[in-house]
Amino acid sequence: MAPKETTDATFQADVLQSSKPVLVDFWAPWCGPCKAVAPILEEIAAENADKIDVVKLNTDDNPATSAKYGITGIPTLNVYVDGEVVKTVVGALPKPKLLKELEPFLG
Amino acid sequence: MSDTIRNVIIIGSGPAGYTAAVYAARANLAPLVFEGSVTAGGALMNTTEVENFPGFRDGIMGPDLMEEMRVQAERFGAELVRDDITSVDLTGPVKTVTDGSGTTHRARAVILAMGSAYRELGLPDEQRLSGHGVSWCATCDGAFFRDQDIAVVGGGDSAIEEATFLTRFARSVTIVHRRDELRASKIMADRAFGNDKIRFAWNSQVTAIHGDPKVTGVTLTDTVTGETRELDVTGVFVAIGHLPRNELIVGQVDTDDEGYVLVQQGSTATNLEGVFACGDLVDHTYRQAITAAGSGCAASLDAERFLARLDATAPAAV
Repeated sequence: MAPKETTDATFQADVLQSSKPVLVDFWAPWCGPCKAVAPILEEIAAENADKIDVVKLNTDDNPATSAKYGITGIPTLNVYVDGEVVKTVVGALPKPKLLKELEPFLG
Repeated sequence: MSDTIRNVIIIGSGPAGYTAAVYAARANLAPLVFEGSVTAGGALMNTTEVENFPGFRDGIMGPDLMEEMRVQAERFGAELVRDDITSVDLTGPVKTVTDGSGTTHRARAVILAMGSAYRELGLPDEQRLSGHGVSWCATCDGAFFRDQDIAVVGGGDSAIEEATFLTRFARSVTIVHRRDELRASKIMADRAFGNDKIRFAWNSQVTAIHGDPKVTGVTLTDTVTGETRELDVTGVFVAIGHLPRNELIVGQVDTDDEGYVLVQQGSTATNLEGVFACGDLVDHTYRQAITAAGSGCAASLDAERFLARLDATAPAAV
């Protein structure tokens, strides 16, 4: 299952008010490394559905949220817990490395 | 551990790796290709228009060119795996490579085509500000610098291509180069000189990047006089060349002082029997998509001849 798309309009409900940690994938269609990391995120989402939500935010279509979190490079993966950014990973990482970065949230 | 011993395993999937795959597949060697989990397609995946690859008179987008090569390899029976190789043992007659999931694969010949990675400036704040104004990918990140003043570091073709591309978004682009003339090809340089958004900081080196949490400027040091000055920019795109991605094979395969794999003159053979190398992993001179593709072809033909010699002297171990 592909991760859900979040937007400027739904970010509050989807991400900031979530009771679970949420990993937000800031991406855009013209970004090669974003495409490369997308299937890895799908796998991580499917394998850890009980622990973390994974959502995608298209930076082209949602400039307000991208600007608010100072996104200047994509892919950027931000993890939000209780509405706060607690982890940022910039760039496409292989799955084992990404899992290591996300370890605190995957228990 | 996989049961079969393959003819040939190819590590890497830029123009060198995919061309080797096309040739090996057409030679009925059923190559197994590890494309890389996030690096599949190689360096051209992060470029825009490729205008100098023969056969495309109107140019072709880098990612489209790589997709064509990928499908072409697949069409002839190359087995493509979107995973990384994490360790190798290339010293014996049967080579083993271990993928990201921990599975070990075996082959009688291995073609190394891991390419190169971006060179970093090596400044203390570079990593901290990566993704916060410091970037290695103009096509990924350029759009975030709309109407801003930014810098591109470097003087080669890739630096000039990035700078020219970034003028679509930025208010100004300053090319910071440590010499007083560009290394880029004339057509690229002329394009930059004719672009009124592009400025030049000659004989200049970036010696510090400032900003917290985002880039606000850089310190430039004059390479001739040693004088320093500040340049206010919100983005720094680094294009100062590449380093061979040799971490898998160092200690087994001979490299030169800069880490490029050494091959025998006029061939792609490394110091190890049955191990061939091609593309940017070997080449610090030409570094073009077409030369990488050419050397990938050569590596495949060398591997094919090596396997034929083995089969002539002893039955295949398969």
